[in-house]
This record gives sequence, C-alpha cells and structure tokens, in this order.
Amino acid sequence: MNYYSDNKELQHYLKHPLLKRIVEMKERGYSQAAEYNYAPVDFAEAIEGYEQTLHLVGEICAGTVAPNAARIEHEGPVAVNGRVVYAPATEENLDIFRKAGLMGVSLSREYGGLNFPAAIFTMMQELVCRADAGFGNLWGLQDCAATISSFGSEEQRKRYLPMVSAGATMSMDLTEPDAGSDLQSARLKATFSEEDGRWYLDGVKRFITNGDSDIHLVLARSEEGSVDGRGLSLFICEKSCGRVKTRRIEEKMGIHGSPTCEIVFDHAPAELCGSRRMGLIKYVMSLMNGARLGIATQSVALAQAAYSEALAYAHTRKQFGKTIINLPPVYDMVGTMKSRLDAARSLLYETARNVDMNYQFAELAASRPLTPEERTESKLFSKKADALTPLIKGMGSEIANMNAYDSVQVHGGSGYMRDYLCERLYRDARITSIYEGTTQLQVVAAIRYATSGYYAQLLEEYLSVEVPASLAPLKERIAALAAKYGAALEKVQALGSQEALDFLARRVYEIAAYSIMAALLLADAAADEELFSASLHRFVALAEAVVAGHAEYIGNFAMELLTNYK
Amino acid sequence: MNIIVLAKQVPDTRNAGSQAMNADGTINRSALPAIFNPDDLNALEQALVLKESNPGSKVTVLTMGPGRAADILREALYRGADEAVLLSDRAFAGADTLATSYALSMAVRKIGAFDIILCGRQAIDGDTAQVGPQVAQMLGLPQVTYVRRIVSLDGGKMVLERAIENGTEKVQAPLPLLLTVDGSAAPCRPRNVYRMLRFKRVATPQESAAEGFKYNAQLAADDALRIKEWNLEYVGGDAARCGLSGSPTKVKKVDNIVFKAKESKRFTAADEDIKALVGELLENHTIG
Repeated sequence: MNYYSDNKELQHYLKHPLLKRIVEMKERGYSQAAEYNYAPVDFAEAIEGYEQTLHLVGEICAGTVAPNAARIEHEGPVAVNGRVVYAPATEENLDIFRKAGLMGVSLSREYGGLNFPAAIFTMMQELVCRADAGFGNLWGLQDCAATISSFGSEEQRKRYLPMVSAGATMSMDLTEPDAGSDLQSARLKATFSEEDGRWYLDGVKRFITNGDSDIHLVLARSEEGSVDGRGLSLFICEKSCGRVKTRRIEEKMGIHGSPTCEIVFDHAPAELCGSRRMGLIKYVMSLMNGARLGIATQSVALAQAAYSEALAYAHTRKQFGKTIINLPPVYDMVGTMKSRLDAARSLLYETARNVDMNYQFAELAASRPLTPEERTESKLFSKKADALTPLIKGMGSEIANMNAYDSVQVHGGSGYMRDYLCERLYRDARITSIYEGTTQLQVVAAIRYATSGYYAQLLEEYLSVEVPASLAPLKERIAALAAKYGAALEKVQALGSQEALDFLARRVYEIAAYSIMAALLLADAAADEELFSASLHRFVALAEAVVAGHAEYIGNFAMELLTNYK
Repeated sequence: MNIIVLAKQVPDTRNAGSQAMNADGTINRSALPAIFNPDDLNALEQALVLKESNPGSKVTVLTMGPGRAADILREALYRGADEAVLLSDRAFAGADTLATSYALSMAVRKIGAFDIILCGRQAIDGDTAQVGPQVAQMLGLPQVTYVRRIVSLDGGKMVLERAIENGTEKVQAPLPLLLTVDGSAAPCRPRNVYRMLRFKRVATPQESAAEGFKYNAQLAADDALRIKEWNLEYVGGDAARCGLSGSPTKVKKVDNIVFKAKESKRFTAADEDIKALVGELLENHTIG
C-alpha cells in the first residue's frame, strides 16, 4: 500500500499551473543546482523530485506509520520526571522520518533543509495525518521553524534551523490556564538579566502540543506592568537548558500519540526572537496562520481516512443478501463523504498555493525591494491567503467530523467497537474544529470577507473557468448559488444589527464556503472530468440543499427570534 | 572497510495475481513489478550499519541483470550505498545459480580488495538460497548464513547471530568473509530524500547515452552519478561457464501444487514471538 500512489485526487494538485510559479520563486530561478547537489535544475526536475518524495512518504505512512498508530494509541506517551517519554512506536516513526531526511522539508538549503514549497509540504502532511493524525502533529510542528526563519536573527537561523533539519522537534507554547482563545492575557514572565544579558522565563503553559520538544517558541510577557498583547514577545527556549519541565500530560479523547502537556518554566534561559512587543501581534499571528493551514490539512486527511474505511467496509459487508454499498442509504453516505472530501481538498490546496505565493513574496521582499507591480500582486495573494485560511480551517474540520460520523454509521454496530479504525478517527477528528481556533472563531475571522463582498468576488473569479459543454449546466447551477449568496448577504446587512450579523454569520459563512468549494471542484473537473465529474455532481446537489436551507433561514429571520434564545 | 553487497532485482512474487504465471509454469515477468529482493535489503542495512560504525568504509552494490536492473542500484544509492556496479551481458542470460555465482565471483574479483560480502539469504523468485554460499566457495571465503545481526567486529574477527530453527546461535568468523542475511534481520532504512534528489540522476553508460537524458552536465561534474556497467569480457569470465551454457540445471516440468493442509504457524515461547502472535491477532481482529 502507498497513500500517495493510491490517491489520484491528491496527485491532481501537483499539476496546478500556479505551482510552476511557486517553484520558480522558491528555487530563485533554479540558481542553487551548482551549489547543492540535490537542488533541481528546472521545473520538470523539481516536480520529479516532489513526486519521488511523495511516493516515499506515502510508502512510509502506509507501511509504518499507519500500522504503528494502534500501538501508539494503547501505549501513549507518559511523563517521567518532568520529561515526556514517547511510545516506542512514536520513536520508531520519528527515527524513520529522520533517516529519510523529512524533518526540514520547507527550510532553505543553507540551513540543511529540502527547500520544498508549502503546497508540497501540505501534501506530505496530508499523507502523514491520514496514517496517524496524532503523529502528524509531532511531525508537522517542524513548520514552526518558519517563524525563526522569517523573524529570527541570522545567528538564530544558523543555530536552530540546522537542528530542525537534522530532526529536532518543536512546539509553540502559547496557551496558558487563563489565556486560551484570548492570548492577549498571557502572563508567563520574561525577565531580562542585566548581569549576563540574557532573558529568563518563569511560569506555566498549558495544553501545549509536544510540550517537551527540543526547541520551544514561547509567548511571554516581557514588558512588566503591561496587560495586553503589546506587552508580549516571542522567545526561543531549548529543552537542553533543563529548566522546562512537563508537569503532566492531559488524558484526551483522541490524538493520543500527540502529548498535550502542562509545562513549567523555572527561570529557563531563552533568546528573544525578533523585536520586543511584537510577539503576539506579528509573529504569533503568522505562526497561527501556518498552524491553521496545518489543522485544515489534518482535517482533510481524516476525512480521507474516514471515507477510505467506510468505502472498504461497505464493499465487503453483506446484509439482506447483498454488499451494503448497493443499498441507497449507504451509497448516499459513502458518495457524499467522497464529495465533501474532494471539495475540502480542492479548497485546501487552493489555500496552500496562495499561502505559498504569499511566503514567496515575503522572501523576495526580504532580499530586495519589490517593484510596484510586485507589491500589488503580493497584496492580492496575501489577501486571498488570509480570506481562504479561515474558510478551509473551519469547513475542513467540520467536514472531517461529518465524514468520521458517517464512517462509523456505515460500519453500524461494529463501528462503535474499538476493533475498527473508524472509532479512532471519530475521536481524532473531534479536536480539529476546536484547536488552533474553533470553527466559531474561524467564522469571526472570515465574516469580514463575506460582508465586504470579497468572497463573492472570489467566487466570480473561480467561476470564470472555461468548462467543457458537459459541465456547463453545473456551472450554471453554481452561479445560481452565488445569486442566493448575494441575496442572503443583502438581507443580513439590511438588518443593520451587529448581534444579528454575529448570530447569522455561521450560515453566511457556510453559504460562501459551499459555493466556493463547488466552484473550485468545477475547475478540477474541467481539468480532469473523469476523475472529478461524479463527485462534482454530488457536491453541487449537496451544496444546493445546504445553501437553500441557510438562505431560507436567513430569509425568514426576524430580530424577534433572538428573544427566544434568551 | 570495503564492503560489497550482492543484490538482485526480482519480480514481486509476494503480490502475485492470476496473471503471474505463464501456461508453461514460468513467471510472467511483465505482470509483476520488479523490486529489490527483500532479503537483499536486509543485507544492505547490515552493510550500512557496518559502514557507520567503521568510518571511512565504502559500500559497493553489485547486481547482475539486464539494463533495467539499474533501478535497484539507484535504490541502494538512495538508501546509503556509495557505489554501484551493473554486471550485464547477453552471455549471462538464462543463468542458473551456479552460472550466476560464477559471474558474480568474477565481478567481485574485479572490484578488488574487500573485507566482507553481504547477500540476502535467498531471492523470492528462485528461492534457492544457493548463490551466496556458491560465491563464497568460488572465492575461497568462509561463510556464515542466515545472519540476523552483526554482534561485534574486533581484530579481524566478526561475531554473528544466526537464525536457526527454534532459536539463534552465535558464531565467530575471520574476515574476509561472506554473509547471507536473513529476512528477520533489521529492516533496511528508508530512502533518504537528499540522496534521492541527488542520485535520481544516476545513470549507466547506456542510460546516459540515450536520447532525452538531461543530466549529462551533472554526470560530468560528479563521478558518483555514474553506475559502472561491466560485461563478460571486462570481468574476464569464461563464456562456457556463464548463462545457459554454464547452467547444469534443466527445468523438466513445473507443477502447480495446492497444499491440502490449512496454513499453520509455529510460535515459540520467546517473548518476541508471543508479542508478534498477539499483534497479528489484534490486527486481524481475532482479539482486542
């Protein structure tokens, strides 16, 4: 088995035209081949290398990570004397990824990395999370290094990034007992010692994924007496200092292989990353956007795993004298799961490409001033990335949960038993719509793009794709969704009430998300009709029902309804 | 140390479908993917472990086969081998184990000084387990078969753990030495992406001369990207001892045998065996 070669839909996203530009920029015009013997000479070779790497990751994930997941679920990580001891199978996974050279995927070659674009890293992460969402966190946290890469000093890049490429693990230590969604109130104290010119951290962090990592990124209050986000700075703290201890590991519903830790900083020496006071408002915001894309990826991976399990079971289970996949209520569930999966994946990679372009322009801007045209373009990509990220994080995670629910349902009573993988997927999926910002917070982040008309504009852009005659009726139906979206939005805005807008925001958000996903899937079907046509037909029918339902709700909405909630 | 690994490209008989066999009982190679013989990967891993513990060592992988066998040489380079040799000549075609061992032993002589040769215990196509021992015999080397682990290497003497029925045994042997490595030895490390991105350009002289090959500039700058290709004349072999003419084995007929008894497995009381049994039962949902 190979999770990459068995997934034609995922492979499709390696053919997107924008990738050519992303790679060209990431490879700085393929200028590194003379200096590094593993750098590609042109686009064709870069793609060949990505394909080979994805095959390798797909093989490791199906062959090692997936079989190890059940053991990790049972053995789990434990806290011993302030340190996290991973399950043996977790160590085995980490060992194989280190030996395969897959720990510094996006980092520049000068720091020992592979220099792969974010879009490719995302594909790899999908493979890893499909095998084991919990391990996917440990592995995916290598992406924190991007923050040091973007905002750290050259000295810090030279020290920490090669460590990450060689296999050091990372964590981002943000949440505290009294600072969850509201990070502004973080209290962990950073003090500067005039004596030795170093910073020291004191305090407690909670719910920290992989909290006993080798390299911690820590949000801490560096400005004594301050109370808001402007008094917070970002620090780099190494496990080797011996003054960061894991007090306990949470017992969670799912993702058991990913230790969620309460950690104590006891005068731990640390280095300031970037400028003081910019910790939350600049660096953590950037870090979180990357992390949200990561969770969206994990969500699509779980949606895939749940679908694969349901499909396989429905093809083997016999009831009423036939395999259950032939029963309409079952093929409805399985076919719908596949459509939601394809739609979410399409939005995921559209987001990843824009995030990638955004990174590429940021890199370019760091090396030389951008031309006015470049600056304009860079802003377009940045806005698109910002608008799409909350859309895929929210919808992707909800879809992961829907697919996990339906996967158990297809399995019937067996699916409720620990014997079947869908039971774990159901528990693992549950966190995706909560951590790195709940779906409700994604709606808050997204709603301004709905009210400003930006999503409508994006929808129009996606619908400008040329489609073969066979898909033209579907294109018209998606355009009709756009019209419904416009009408619903108008109604909400006409209410002129912030409370009503907040109350209805989720519905507006879903209308926008379903319409955009349908339009993106249409573009995929236009490029490969055989692969996506059936899924598109099903998804458009589904989107019509969802959009009509929400539009009806909004159409009938009157302010008096709210009083019935209070 | 100079370490040589003998490897073979084989049809993947583990995933044989209905098309896997021709009407005459021979293998339909086109219906099966060609892979690195599994036990040979275990041998490669032992070679790489030896290399790591003996800095300055060199691992050379040698295979005999047609041009496409270069694929497993690339695979070996991706996993950490330093050099690759393809022994290829029409004169080698149709070789049985004796003729194969002869040709390989001549190529080993051509490689020159070595401390140890590692091969897989057996190939999954022929399943004879004869080539390793025959090569040792032809080169006049001591041999240890069914090796599971290299325990130590000290003063030119190697201590090895062998897999035997109902257990393991430890033996000591002097270098130079030939080992055949059992499938129960440590699995081979994965392909390394950095090596893969570099060595995917690797080519035999035939491949690099082919139209459309685009890495000639890299090959010119980096000698490690050339796979050596040797023929009968180059290794100084006797044509009469090679290929069909050098093969005393004659296949008279092949029968399909269906085992009547149900599949059975033996598990010892050793902890790891019990663990494996429980793991298997958990995996197929018998228990758990």
